[in-house]
Formats: sequence, C-alpha cells, structure tokens
Amino acid sequence: MFKVKVYVTLRESVLDPQGVAVKNSLHSLNFSEIEDVRIGKYMELTIEKSERPVEEVVKEACEKLLANTVIEDYRFEIEECVAL
Amino acid sequence: MRFAVIVFPGSNCDIDMFHAIKDELGEEVEYVWHDQDSLEGFDAILLPGGFSYGDYLRCGAIARFSNVMKEIIKAAEAGKPVLGVCNGFQILLEAGLLPGAMRRNESLKFICKPVELKIENNETMFSGSYRQDEVITVPIAHGEGNYYCDEETLARLEENNQIVFTYNGENPNGSISNIAGITNEKGNVLGMMPHPERAVDSLLGGADGLKLFQSIVRSWRESNVVKA
Repeated sequence: MFKVKVYVTLRESVLDPQGVAVKNSLHSLNFSEIEDVRIGKYMELTIEKSERPVEEVVKEACEKLLANTVIEDYRFEIEECVAL
Repeated sequence: MRFAVIVFPGSNCDIDMFHAIKDELGEEVEYVWHDQDSLEGFDAILLPGGFSYGDYLRCGAIARFSNVMKEIIKAAEAGKPVLGVCNGFQILLEAGLLPGAMRRNESLKFICKPVELKIENNETMFSGSYRQDEVITVPIAHGEGNYYCDEETLARLEENNQIVFTYNGENPNGSISNIAGITNEKGNVLGMMPHPERAVDSLLGGADGLKLFQSIVRSWRESNVVKA
C-alpha cells in the first residue's frame, strides 16, 4: 500500500493574495523575521495497489486534475507502507 | 434558435439564464443536466454561473470532467457559440477551451456590484450588436475572477482581438490587462466574469446585457437562415 502526500502551490511568478494577507498579519504580530508566505493545498492519496508505477499514476492525476499547471506547481512524496 | 443551459450540481444562475433567453430574448431554451451525453439539436450552449461542485479543489475543476463536457467540446469544435458566464468561464478555462486561469480576487473579497465594461471588439458573434468602444453596465458577482495568463498568451489574445470586454475605470478583481471576457482563437467560445443574463430588463437595473444574446441570434441568422 502507498500513501502519497501531494503539495500544490501557486507558481512563484503568480501573486498569492492570501499569502500576502497572512504575511501582513504576521508582521503586525511582530513576526518581522518571516519574509514571505505562500499558501497552498495538501492532499493525501491512498493507493492499495497499481498496475502502473505509482509515480506515473500520481503525476498524471496531478497534471489532469489536482493542480492547474497554468498557475500552480505540484510536488509529491510517495511512502510505501504495510496495510494493517 | 435553440439554446441549451447546462446545469451542474451547484449552478445557481441557470434560472436567470433561462429567463433571459425565453422571456427577454424570445428564443427557445432548455435545461440540460450535466450527465447528459447529447447536445443534438441545440444551436448555442450556455454555461451559467454558480458554484459547481461547491468550488471544491478549484472553481470549475470538477465540472470540467462532467459527461456533458465532451459534447460541449465537440460543439465548440464545430463552431457553435459557447458562452460561459462566471463559473461557466472558470469551467471553460479548466477545460482548456479558453487560455489562462482564474485566481482569487486581489482583495480576497467576494464582489457583487454593477461594473462598467468597455467593448474592445464588436466583431465577434457575441458582441456584434454593440458599438466598438461602447461602455455598458453589467453586474459582477464573484470571489475568483482575477484572470491570469502568461505574457506570451496575453500578447496572442491582443494580437487576435480575443479580448472582448475589459473593466472600464476601476479594475474590481486584479485581472490582468483589465480583462473581463475573452474568446478562443476561432471566436465562437466566450468566457466572461460579468453576468449579462442579470442585465436584460430595465426593471432589474439595466438591460445592457441583452444585446449580447441578440448578437448571438443575429450572427446565427446570418449564417443559418436561408434568404427567401
């Protein structure tokens, strides 16, 4: 069994209005050392078994649905674990 | 002329769209549920606003894989007019029928108010009844209408006159180049954030949106009605 952690964030070149608002709020709380905030999404996928390499499946899912690659980047981590 | 109003789970401007076509424009219109697999007999496809699938994941991302979308893509390829308003625009972007993507409004607020639009191109099948550079008033109602595309795409949109509507004066959402509505390269797919279907009767504050629907009918008649 595989647990996959997928992270989707706005591309560096795309302004993240939520991140800017949160950064400003942190600054008003005196967290002046926090220079930048980018907000994204975190998803967990569970794959019991797969005919195809897991990496290939996850990549395709990200490209097709989980991320909009016009404005978003994605990365993922695959963990193989023993089913309980 | 026969219009289809596509209804997704979470669409909420479908009834306004239906009313605009039936009662104000005076043409035939039918609702089409998202799981249908035929759009035969329809001359134009309308994707209304709302929150399809609760805006889960991204606005329009899940609706884009509805059964009926295959038929909408076919209709677009066949050159039929396809109009997406608000969430409909977001769905067309996710489906890749229009270039670019939508971001949260710069202010992070949901904005619901009438805005001024400038007609940047009155030579499309959606804008032929307006004057070039005419300024009209149409309401917006969205939290994610901040249109984005890369510079290369923007240059192409400008070069092919694909930008049909821009916000006049104040830009309400941070949209690149004040873009409010664009077509595909062929000019038969239009996506726009403002709601023309909510501006079809002076009783409701203005009728500037009606000409958009009249333009579609006019363009359709020019190419489909045999002259006696």
